[in-house]
Amino acid sequence: MRITQGTFSFLPDLTREQIAAQVSYCLDKDWAVGIEYTDDPHPRNLYWEMYGNPMFDIKDAEGVMIEVDRAIAEHPNEYIKINAFDASHGWESIRLSFIVNRPKEEPGFRLQRTEFEGRKIRYTTHSYATDAPSGNRY
Amino acid sequence: MDADAIDLNSIYQDSDIESAIALLDEELVGLAPVKSRVSEIASLLVVEKLRNQVGLQAQPPSLHMSFTGNPGTGKTTVALRMADILKKLDYVRKGHLVACTRDDLVGEFIGHTAPKTREMIKKAMGGVLFIDEAYFLYRPENERDYGKEAIEILLQAMEDHRDDFVVILAGYEKEMDKFFGANPGMASRVAHHIDFPDYDDKELVQIADRMLVTMQYQLTDGAKEALSEYISLRRQRPNFSNARSIRNALDRCRLRQAKRLFDGRKESITRDDLAMIKEEDLRASRVFSGGVDQNEGNQK
Repeated sequence: MRITQGTFSFLPDLTREQIAAQVSYCLDKDWAVGIEYTDDPHPRNLYWEMYGNPMFDIKDAEGVMIEVDRAIAEHPNEYIKINAFDASHGWESIRLSFIVNRPKEEPGFRLQRTEFEGRKIRYTTHSYATDAPSGNRY
Repeated sequence: MDADAIDLNSIYQDSDIESAIALLDEELVGLAPVKSRVSEIASLLVVEKLRNQVGLQAQPPSLHMSFTGNPGTGKTTVALRMADILKKLDYVRKGHLVACTRDDLVGEFIGHTAPKTREMIKKAMGGVLFIDEAYFLYRPENERDYGKEAIEILLQAMEDHRDDFVVILAGYEKEMDKFFGANPGMASRVAHHIDFPDYDDKELVQIADRMLVTMQYQLTDGAKEALSEYISLRRQRPNFSNARSIRNALDRCRLRQAKRLFDGRKESITRDDLAMIKEEDLRASRVFSGGVDQNEGNQK
């Protein structure tokens, strides 16, 4: 199951060129670009690992792409996303976030039903991948 | 005319490098050989671009440069203009200048150098990486020095990101020659060498005049004489660094002028007094009594 989240989630995966163009847009707006990765793609998992620090004083997209290339080379089989942070007053939050790398095979989620008294049911989404310990998931 | 005719002039004018070169000419006193080398390089870049357009064999020209010369001869300023010219000709995308020295590239312990160097390279993407006193990167006397690692990473980046940034190495001529001798990989990638001559006394006076104009000060006639004497004396003292020495000397004059005005504050002061530097402000310099001015000794 192809996991989608963030901006461009309805589009096919972006090529390197397209990623660079988006990064270029972010830098033109003076947003700081950061890279994060994870092997726990649950939609409620907000805490991905940071790949290096957010990059604040880079002028050209290729500077960010150096780090993106390195992140993909180091974590080829994990989810990697780019976050663009707007530090301007009133925003101070992420303005753009999109996935730039995903594992080759994504096993998807199981819907788990827990039954309670009466006929109540609680639902949980459980990622098949997280059955294995972190590092062996994909 | 036939369609094959190429309008060199229109490209030259479209790119607007004329204004960059004119600015260089205007901004910097003297430096005739540097200026002519810069326009040579600019014309080469225009022609290469044209050759590319008409489909003639045109390898992407090697743009990395080395600026050699004594301190205070305008290397950084010319590098700034060069970045501007490269941007106007579309050889770099942003045209900013990232100036750094050994400290910004080389780390203090194992594993510290690579991230530091990469950080600077990332910042320089789309522009020019200006490495001042580049020969400090390589220290043959210490085989465990991390400078070598920085050079290797730099070379790799110059290879991988050929179209993304330009490296300008700067330093004293002798040391740079040694540096290139010891690093053939670097030497073979640096295509353009520009040598910055020292300024002569007349040029330094001109430079001082320009500085005074921007700082909005004036010299009395006596002070003007003192200044030219100061320049020829200062040149013989150690650590003479051309325009930078002049700037420092003028800054100290301002200090003395302020003190003079302050000490005599019982009399009323006019606007002219505030802008006027007198002979005594210059003559008080230790250079006239055979010494070196304060703060000058610890300069590079």
